[in-house]
Amino acid sequence: MAAILAAEGLTRRLSGDLPVTLVDGVDLSIEEGGLVAITGPSGSGKSSLLYLLGLLDAPTAGDVRLAGQRTATLDDEARARLRLTMLGFVFQFHFLLPEFSALENVMLPMRALKAMPETRMRVRAAEILESLGLADHIGKTPDKLSGGQRQRVAIARALANRPKVLLADEPTGNLDSASTAQVLAIFRELVAEHAATIIMVTHDPGLAAAAGRRIHVIDGRLAEPPSG
Amino acid sequence: MNLVVHIAWTHIRHRLRQTLVGTLGIATGVGFSIMMASLMVGSQRDFIATLVDTLPHVSIRDEQRHAQRQPAENAYDVAAVSGVRPDENRPGLKNPLALVNALEGWVPGAVATSVTTRAIVRYAGRDLAATVLGIDPRREPRVSSLPKQMRQGTLAALNAVPNGIIIGDGLMNKLGARQGATLALVPATGVPVDARIAGVFHSGVRAVDEGQIYTLTRTAQILAGQTGLINEIRIRLDDAMQSRDVAALVEAQVGYKALSWQEANEDLMSAFMVRNIIMFTVVGAILLVASFGTYNIVSTITHEKTRDIAIMKALGLPRATVRRIFVLEALLIGVFGAVLGCVLGNLMTQALGQVEIKVPFGDATTLPVIYDGMHYLGASLVAMASSLIAGFLPARKAAALHPVDIIRGAT
Repeated sequence: MAAILAAEGLTRRLSGDLPVTLVDGVDLSIEEGGLVAITGPSGSGKSSLLYLLGLLDAPTAGDVRLAGQRTATLDDEARARLRLTMLGFVFQFHFLLPEFSALENVMLPMRALKAMPETRMRVRAAEILESLGLADHIGKTPDKLSGGQRQRVAIARALANRPKVLLADEPTGNLDSASTAQVLAIFRELVAEHAATIIMVTHDPGLAAAAGRRIHVIDGRLAEPPSG
Repeated sequence: MNLVVHIAWTHIRHRLRQTLVGTLGIATGVGFSIMMASLMVGSQRDFIATLVDTLPHVSIRDEQRHAQRQPAENAYDVAAVSGVRPDENRPGLKNPLALVNALEGWVPGAVATSVTTRAIVRYAGRDLAATVLGIDPRREPRVSSLPKQMRQGTLAALNAVPNGIIIGDGLMNKLGARQGATLALVPATGVPVDARIAGVFHSGVRAVDEGQIYTLTRTAQILAGQTGLINEIRIRLDDAMQSRDVAALVEAQVGYKALSWQEANEDLMSAFMVRNIIMFTVVGAILLVASFGTYNIVSTITHEKTRDIAIMKALGLPRATVRRIFVLEALLIGVFGAVLGCVLGNLMTQALGQVEIKVPFGDATTLPVIYDGMHYLGASLVAMASSLIAGFLPARKAAALHPVDIIRGAT
């Protein structure tokens, strides 16, 4: 199967009085379709690796290939365009825009892309929210939603432009067990029914165990996952 | 609705208090600027209009602007002669009727001859100095507003009343005289001439109303002690603002000194210029202070929206789009402030126009204000431009934020 996302010698260093290497020469390839978990102890470089793979951060050395396209030489605007069209993000905090309704938050990436008329965007955003069990909440602002509902709206927003890859950074880190189970169920359904590619950073062993593939990171390098 | 407009509008709508404060700041600046400009320019135009209405637009006098050149100066470039006693020429313009005919051929306006002399007005034991202007009552309406300025009697009464005079109301009141009274006009020759008040005028310029008398040309010639004297040609132009140019052309053509009303009031014009500089400086400062308020508000919104900016950029919104959102917010505040400021400025100008006051240079009963669309447009444009600049700096900072830095900080 073709690699949708690949890292080649991916390195990220922070310069300064005390230089720090966050990601150190990582080579990996992720095939299309499937749930991939990035695990590792705190400060091991999991999130940094995810941000590099998601083109949110630029590598100091190495490259990321997204659907075969090299990205290291792209400028900020080109990387932003790729994020908008091919990638979706879910963070530990929902990061929804507080003044906007759930529907408007989901429509935000669509309106930035301008790939369809406003009425179609509205219909599609409503459909995504309904599919995630939020049919009764589309007009509510984030402050009127529970933590789990907010995170589901954030997932809906990440899916808005039909991304090739969904990247999630500790998506259940702030959720109770019931909401965590809901998020996991959504991810499984996306993989099973839509052949989605989901890469998530997680501390949760249960979530990691549910993933089809596990990438373990220690000190910015890939390592063998601990047994059990 | 466009994404940028939607987000910007939502931000300022949800921050109603901040938006209101920013809008009021701009509105106050715009409003006071308009009011100030209305008053300053209004009083200036009112004064100039009165001045232009009262004085001849161009006055040709029987004098030279520069001392007559000496033969040595004409022969040698390096020669310079000064302190030469001038020739004693007979006063008056030479061949004035020919000059009038020549000027009437091209000057865009009306031309009239007159005699200007000085006399002491004596009445009931009081002596007051006055300028006596000898005029032709038939031609005078073409070159001055005297017929409109008549308060008692008519211009034609000068012909009907022997040695009749038309006197300024201020001078008459100072003398304690009334229409029909007989005064003595004492010229420099010392031989008094009895004159009767045939009419009273009021020009609105105190210096004129308290110091000028109109008589027939021949009466003024008697006072000047010279039969046939014409020492001034007065020109009233169709466009008073052309006076300076016309005066220069006339002077070049006739050789006598031609004085435009602007030159005659050069010191006042300079004072107006200084006043305008002060006005525009103060108006600019007011709007600048108001724009600091906008900067402060947009900076605060930007700071509060750091996370939102990070997530918008993480989702893939281009830097320019993020920048446009915050610039538009500042511009919207500027537009609201400008609109409200125009209303406020108009109301304040109307209120100021109702204030009854006696101005020192004229006889206005209320403060002279004007309603000039350019003041509204200018203040609004400056307010919007300053808001735009005030918004651009925080917007640029917001657009330059690195999403990972914010997301890491948040988690």
